[in-house]
Order: sequence, then C-alpha cells, then structure tokens
Amino acid sequence: MSGSIAPLVGFLAAAVRIGTPLLWAAAGEVLAERAGVINLSVEGSMLAGCLGAAIGAHASGNPWVGMAAGLVAGAIIALGFAAVAIWARTDQIIAGTALTMASVGVTGLIYRQATSGQVTGLSVITLEPLAIPGLHSIPLLGPVLFAQPLPTYLVGGAVLFIWFVLYRTTLGLRLRAAGEAAGAARAHGVRVRLIQTGAVVVGGALAGFGGATLVLAQVGTFAERMTAGRGFIAIAIVVLGRWHPAGIALAALLFGAATALQYVFQAMALAVPYQFFLMLPYLLALAALTGVAGRVRAPAGLGRTVD
Amino acid sequence: MSVLVRLRTPVVASVLGLAILALGLSALGYDAFSALTALARGAIGSWYAFTSATLVRAVPLIVIGLGIAISFRAGGLNIGAEGQFSAGAMAATAVGLVVGRWPGFVAIPVVLIAGTLAGAAWVVVPVVLRLRYRVQEVISTLLLNFVAEALVSFMVQGPLQESKRTYPQSDPIAVAARLPLLPGTRLHLGFALAVLLAGLVGIVFSRTIWGFRLKVVGAAPRAAEVTGRMDVDRTTALALLWSGAFAGLAGALEVAGVTYALFLNLSPGYGFTAIAVALIARLNPIGILFAGLGFGALEAGAAGMQRDAGVPAVAVSVVQATIIVVALLAVARARLARPEAAA
Repeated sequence: MSGSIAPLVGFLAAAVRIGTPLLWAAAGEVLAERAGVINLSVEGSMLAGCLGAAIGAHASGNPWVGMAAGLVAGAIIALGFAAVAIWARTDQIIAGTALTMASVGVTGLIYRQATSGQVTGLSVITLEPLAIPGLHSIPLLGPVLFAQPLPTYLVGGAVLFIWFVLYRTTLGLRLRAAGEAAGAARAHGVRVRLIQTGAVVVGGALAGFGGATLVLAQVGTFAERMTAGRGFIAIAIVVLGRWHPAGIALAALLFGAATALQYVFQAMALAVPYQFFLMLPYLLALAALTGVAGRVRAPAGLGRTVD
Repeated sequence: MSVLVRLRTPVVASVLGLAILALGLSALGYDAFSALTALARGAIGSWYAFTSATLVRAVPLIVIGLGIAISFRAGGLNIGAEGQFSAGAMAATAVGLVVGRWPGFVAIPVVLIAGTLAGAAWVVVPVVLRLRYRVQEVISTLLLNFVAEALVSFMVQGPLQESKRTYPQSDPIAVAARLPLLPGTRLHLGFALAVLLAGLVGIVFSRTIWGFRLKVVGAAPRAAEVTGRMDVDRTTALALLWSGAFAGLAGALEVAGVTYALFLNLSPGYGFTAIAVALIARLNPIGILFAGLGFGALEAGAAGMQRDAGVPAVAVSVVQATIIVVALLAVARARLARPEAAA
C-alpha cells in the first residue's frame, strides 16, 4: 500500500466499521416495514442489545456469548412492541416510543445494578478484526472490506439472505403482501398479524445484534443511552435505501462515512467545533429523507393498524 | 362521560406502572417498599417537596404537554419537543444574559418570547419538509433532537460559555430576567402561567373554530379536505409550529425560573415524558394539568428515590412507558368497542 492512500483507507475502513451496527438495525427495520409495521422501538432494541452484549461478554469472558445475549435482548423489546402495536392494535409510532422509553429505563436500572460495587464498569474484550486471507491484500478494497471484525462479514450475509427471503420465497411474498394490502393478503389466507409479529421480532433481534456489534466491535463497554438515536437513523436508512436490502447497505455505508468524517476533520485540525460533526449524520439523514421523498414509495400499508 | 369513568384509565395506568416498578425493583434485589416510600416522600412528603420539587417539575411537563396535544389533535406527530425545549432554553439564555438594564416586567416577557420563538423556529424545518417533500415529521423532529443536543454542547463550550471558561455552562442570566418565586419555596411564576395556558388551550379546543378544525383535520383529514373549507396542510403545519412554541416556552421557563443558566442535559427527558402526559389526558388540556402534576410528582419522587433508597432515577421511565401503553390500550379498546366509529 502506498503511503498516499493510507488516510483514505483509514477513513473508508472506519465508515464500514461504523456503518455495520446501523446496517444490522436497518436490516431488521426493513423486515418490519416491508410487513407494514413502522417500528420505532428499534432504538430500544439496539440499546437492549448493547447492554445484553456487555453483560453477556463481561460475565462469560466470551464476546460471542455477548453477541447472542444482545440478539435475545433486542428480540425481547420487539416482542413487547409487537404485543402492544400489533396484537392490541394501538398506534405504532406511540407504542414504539413507549417501548424505547421502557428500554432506556430497564437498561439503566440493570446497568447500575450490574456495576454496583465495581469501579471498572462493564469493560469487555472486543472482537478483533479478522483479515480474510488473500482478499485483504487487494489494494484499497482489501483493508477497507476484508480486514473487519466478523459481524461486518455476517451483516453482508444477513442482507443477502433477507433479499433472498423477500424476493425469492413464498414467505417473502406473503410478508410483502401483508405490508402492501393486508386485507387482500388475508383474503388469500395469509396470517397477516402473525407474519408481522415474526418480522418485528426477527427485526428486533437483528437490531439487538447491531447494538451488540456496537459494544463488542467498537466501544468496548456500555454507557446509558449509548445508542444515541442510531435506531432512528436506521429508520432513515431504510427510507433512503428505498426499502430494498441492497439500497440500505449503501445507505448505511453513507451514514458510516458521515460519522467517520469527523475523525478526518479532527485530524485535519480544522477550526470548526467538533459538535458540528456530531450533528452531521442527523442532518444527512434529514437531507436524505428530503432527497428521496416523492421519488420512492413506502409499503402501502406502512404504519396502518391491521384489525 | 362521568368523572369516575374518565379517571379510570389514569388510575389503572398509574397503579399498574408503580406495581411493575415495585416488582422490577424487587427482582433486582432492591427494597421495593422503602423505594416507593422514598418516592412518595420526595414528591409529597412536605410542603417544600410538593411546591419545590413536584410543582416545579410539573411546569415543563404541562406546558410541553399542551403543545403536544395541539399537534397530536391535528394529526401532527411532534416527537421532537426535547430539541425544541433546548432551542427555547438556548434563546432564553442568550437574551437573559443581556437584559440586565431593563426592569423585570420587560425583561421577563422578552426572555420568554425569545424562547417561544426559538422553539417554533426549531419546527420550521420539519414543517417545510412535511409540506414540500412529504417527509414524516415523526422522524425529522426526532432527528433534530440530536442536533439540538450537539448545539447546546457547542453553545456551553463556545459562544455562551461562562466568562471564567472553566465549566461547560453559561453565566447566570440577569436578575431582572428571573421569574419571581413563591416565598419560602423554589416554585416560580411559570406554574401560574402553565395553569393559565391550560385554561386558554381548553377554551381554544372547545369554543373556537380553529380548535374544531384541528380536531376534524386530525380525525378525518379526507373529510376535512372535501368540505373545501379546511386547508389540512396549513392547519397541521400551524399546529406543529404551536407545539414547538410551547416546548420552547417551557425551555425558557426552566432557564428563567429554575436553573438561571444553560447546562448540558438541561431536560431529563421532559419532551418525551410530556407525550405520556398528553396521551394519558387524552389530549384534554385540563386533564394535562392534572397529568402533569402526577408526572411531576413521579419525577420529583424519582429524585427522592435515588437520594434516599439508592434506586436510579431512570427507573421511573419504566413507569412512564407503562402509563403510555395502558393509555394506548384504553384508546384501542374504546375504538374496538365502537366499530362503527372506527370505520
């Protein structure tokens, strides 16, 4: 690798690393939204995933136990959301907000309990980057894409799998039908609310996995409210990615890049205060929503309560 | 509806919320009884606790809650009150620092109006995005919360930082800009304003054409459109701006009446708690007054619980979430019971 592209490689590799948890959450949200459910508790699922991962990995000393615990924790929050929004037929947006609030409270409570009497907090062993033999020595692409922690490779597989399920299986057809025209789907024998529940819970599990990735491949510890709206950004990613797996992968990369940009600017020692770079991903999300609005079509039944 | 029936949901919700909190605390090994006692003591244990903790915390909840009721009625889901509150607090601080030469009866209104305008301004972008590009205000207002948080962080370490330049906070605002207190307590004039606003919004909702329009636009936008007499977009946009104005005013009241300076994390989540306040009151302004008191007591009690029983205050957001869920379930049940009204 020549010295001149080293900063670019560092920047792109950071974009991929930061984009990975976002893509996990967005992949989960795509499932839910394609089934017609807008799930704002994805933020809560991610946060629960963070805590589950930190506790699981801290207690066992094995990061993969943490990843599994994050997955389960994310699914539990989603299950609560599904019970309130889908089965009790309440407003999805308010229900999602409530479940996220509950997640903030529960994670805060459990975290203080888990760390009471300790001074070290919940520091964990992070997942090391795993260079793929051969591929990682490709110029530029190698160090950017093929020297990442395992969850990054896994999310690529997950997105491919979701694409396959959505567009190449009967289950995916039913799921999309539930999201476009619940009444017609039901008339064809699709169990709409069951499919929606499945999509939401699996989606929550993926968001929890994303939270776990944030802890175990990036931050290395848990902090209250540490997701800081990443779940909401994932929802923007889904819109920007036009509710398509390939689209959200690109959109997640874009947001990863927007966040990674602050490190580049910090290294350049610009006179711009760092807080403006903190705003960047959120402003980008707004701009992205504006740019695609009117040119993309959401699932027709999105957000509508199914009776 | 009789008073008893109206009170059923809030009472059931509160009892259930506290019961879940008690169960959760026991499961985590806390002494639930002493935690709940500490909660009650912190909220209503003394005249000072009631006025200076409960009522003081009720003010932002009531004021923001009224704004949320306006926007929700018109079908505008403003979930960004937290950011609008911060915008109001920033503007109130900036203005409050420079009005020292003016008499209080000029300085205070100027500070409050600055906060109100800033709160409304913080919703302008989501409103424009909704009208012009059909971007859902739910997401745009939420995203702007994080922008506001970063902006406050910039302000208290930049233009508005104290002159000593030590801590991330502003200098105290001019004495003339501070709200009068009830003698012997920390209760400020903002409480009276909150009660007044609840009455005003109540009159607007029930006695004015605009209030009626809000309700029609929110409940049946298509019907409102075909009458040809109601501009749905305009009504919802205006409702969203008003909700931002109320949240901004709450931020200004917090600076002028409680903290006298701008800090990081000025609000412990008032913008989200106020959603619970508005929902449990079914968007009824007088209901919001009482729900605000109840949630204010909960917030005050949470601080007492943390101090006296070592239970993290963040635990009450579990109670708040439970209350929102119960309120939602009650609304859904009422709708299912009257299927003809839902269609």
